Amino acid sequence: MRRSRASQKRARLFLGLHEEGARGALIAFAATVVFVALMVLWIRSSSTWPAIQRQFFNPEDFAASWPKVLSGFWLNIRMFLAAQVVILALALILAMIRALRGPAFFPLRATVIGLIDIVRGIPMILLILLFGFGIPALQLRGVTRSEMFWGLAAVVLSYSAYTAEVYRAGIESVHESQRMAARSVGLTQIQALRFVIVPQAIRNVVPALLNGAISLQKDVALVFVLGIREAIREAQIYTSLTFNYTSYIAATVLFLAVSIPLARFTDWYTERDRRRKQGASS
Amino acid sequence: MKLSVESARKIYDDKVVLDDVDLTVDTHEVVCLIGASGSGKSTLLKAINLHVPLDGGRILLDGEEITAPGVNANQVRTRMGIVFQAFNLFPHMRVVDNITLGPRRAGGVERGAAEVSARRLLDRFGLGDKADDYPDRLSGGQQQRVAIIRALAMEPTLLLLDEITSALDPVLVGEVLSVLRELKSTGMTMVLATHEMGFARDTADRVVFLHEGRVWEEGNPAELFRAPARPETRDFLRRVTEAGRL
Repeated sequence: MRRSRASQKRARLFLGLHEEGARGALIAFAATVVFVALMVLWIRSSSTWPAIQRQFFNPEDFAASWPKVLSGFWLNIRMFLAAQVVILALALILAMIRALRGPAFFPLRATVIGLIDIVRGIPMILLILLFGFGIPALQLRGVTRSEMFWGLAAVVLSYSAYTAEVYRAGIESVHESQRMAARSVGLTQIQALRFVIVPQAIRNVVPALLNGAISLQKDVALVFVLGIREAIREAQIYTSLTFNYTSYIAATVLFLAVSIPLARFTDWYTERDRRRKQGASS
Repeated sequence: MKLSVESARKIYDDKVVLDDVDLTVDTHEVVCLIGASGSGKSTLLKAINLHVPLDGGRILLDGEEITAPGVNANQVRTRMGIVFQAFNLFPHMRVVDNITLGPRRAGGVERGAAEVSARRLLDRFGLGDKADDYPDRLSGGQQQRVAIIRALAMEPTLLLLDEITSALDPVLVGEVLSVLRELKSTGMTMVLATHEMGFARDTADRVVFLHEGRVWEEGNPAELFRAPARPETRDFLRRVTEAGRL
């Protein structure tokens, strides 16, 4: 009994429906039904709806394009995971270099700040095109000519610049006295960052990092401009062969299937974290 | 261990925080720095621990000038411990890990040995059962005792204590002060910035009154508290007495 109440509470938390109670949940449900019904009626009242339905929501085309789009999407997932791991590590290194103090570290700091400024100043799609078509064309000895590799490298660089700033905000959120306490027991600057500042900083920015992951999960698809056959590219190929756009809907469904759970998880985690902090301070 | 501060000067945005401060502390001596907030007590302690670079003067530890350029501040800091008003324990680490971090990472002590000494220190100060707790489970007095132990774990020859009871509930002050009394009995050299005048009178070997960044008056506590020579000292002690701190 207690257990089920706890899980109900968790479910309400999950959708942000806490505190309203059963009556509140009923009202929310009814309002949603009315809202969705009105939207459907409104869209279907359009004179071009029957054609749109054939072009975008055709079950046969959905089934026909699904296997290719799905296998393309599997590539998206793998690219996302690989890029995410590298981004989290690279961005942390960049942020730690930025956090180093003292004139001796000036050249390193300046290089990192310059790099972040430049990368953030270039639209990611442009960076992908420049890297993906430019670097392989150089035909450098011992350097891979894989467009996917260089396209992903562009995504990694771009995201690392932003993620480094997220980490930096986290590092700055740890009170200066922690750094002083760490230095007082004889730790070097880098040891103080590694053992004292960064572990606390990461805890503070997990929600922001999860947000970045949701965004990245979609943005790795941009390498399709290099002709890489991920989900969007596969959907595009199907469309160009059949003049039917349902394949794009198939790709949309797949992206949503991953990003919505991620978004719910992020909200749940953020809320839990907020409660835990409140609990600790009270 | 002998500490000498010679003509220390520190200026923050045109405000002179330390104005030619001279201070010497001998081995086994307990020196209390007293004075109003902003008189420079805390800055002086942070300068000794090399957290605040001086704008003039120098600091010597056993004859070695630790404020000289090129001195390894880390190496110097391992020889002295500092405890802060706000404890500054590492909240993401258990009590025992707070204590062993310095010895392990800066002192090169192996984990097992560091933990054995940490637990021995915790036992000695009545916190043996707290070793595996996180700091937020402890009372303020317990946290501050852990902070003292963390400083002691580096086996310092000099302990600096920066108003370590000011953030505590009055009922918790006693347990922290009794740790200091025990440390004095073992011969630990200490410099304290404190508002605990009763403690300064009973425990300090010497009291130094700082006023507007200068050493205004110093001497043996019994005499200084009974018959302060300068009007500013008298005025400060009178206000402290009225506030019920003496």
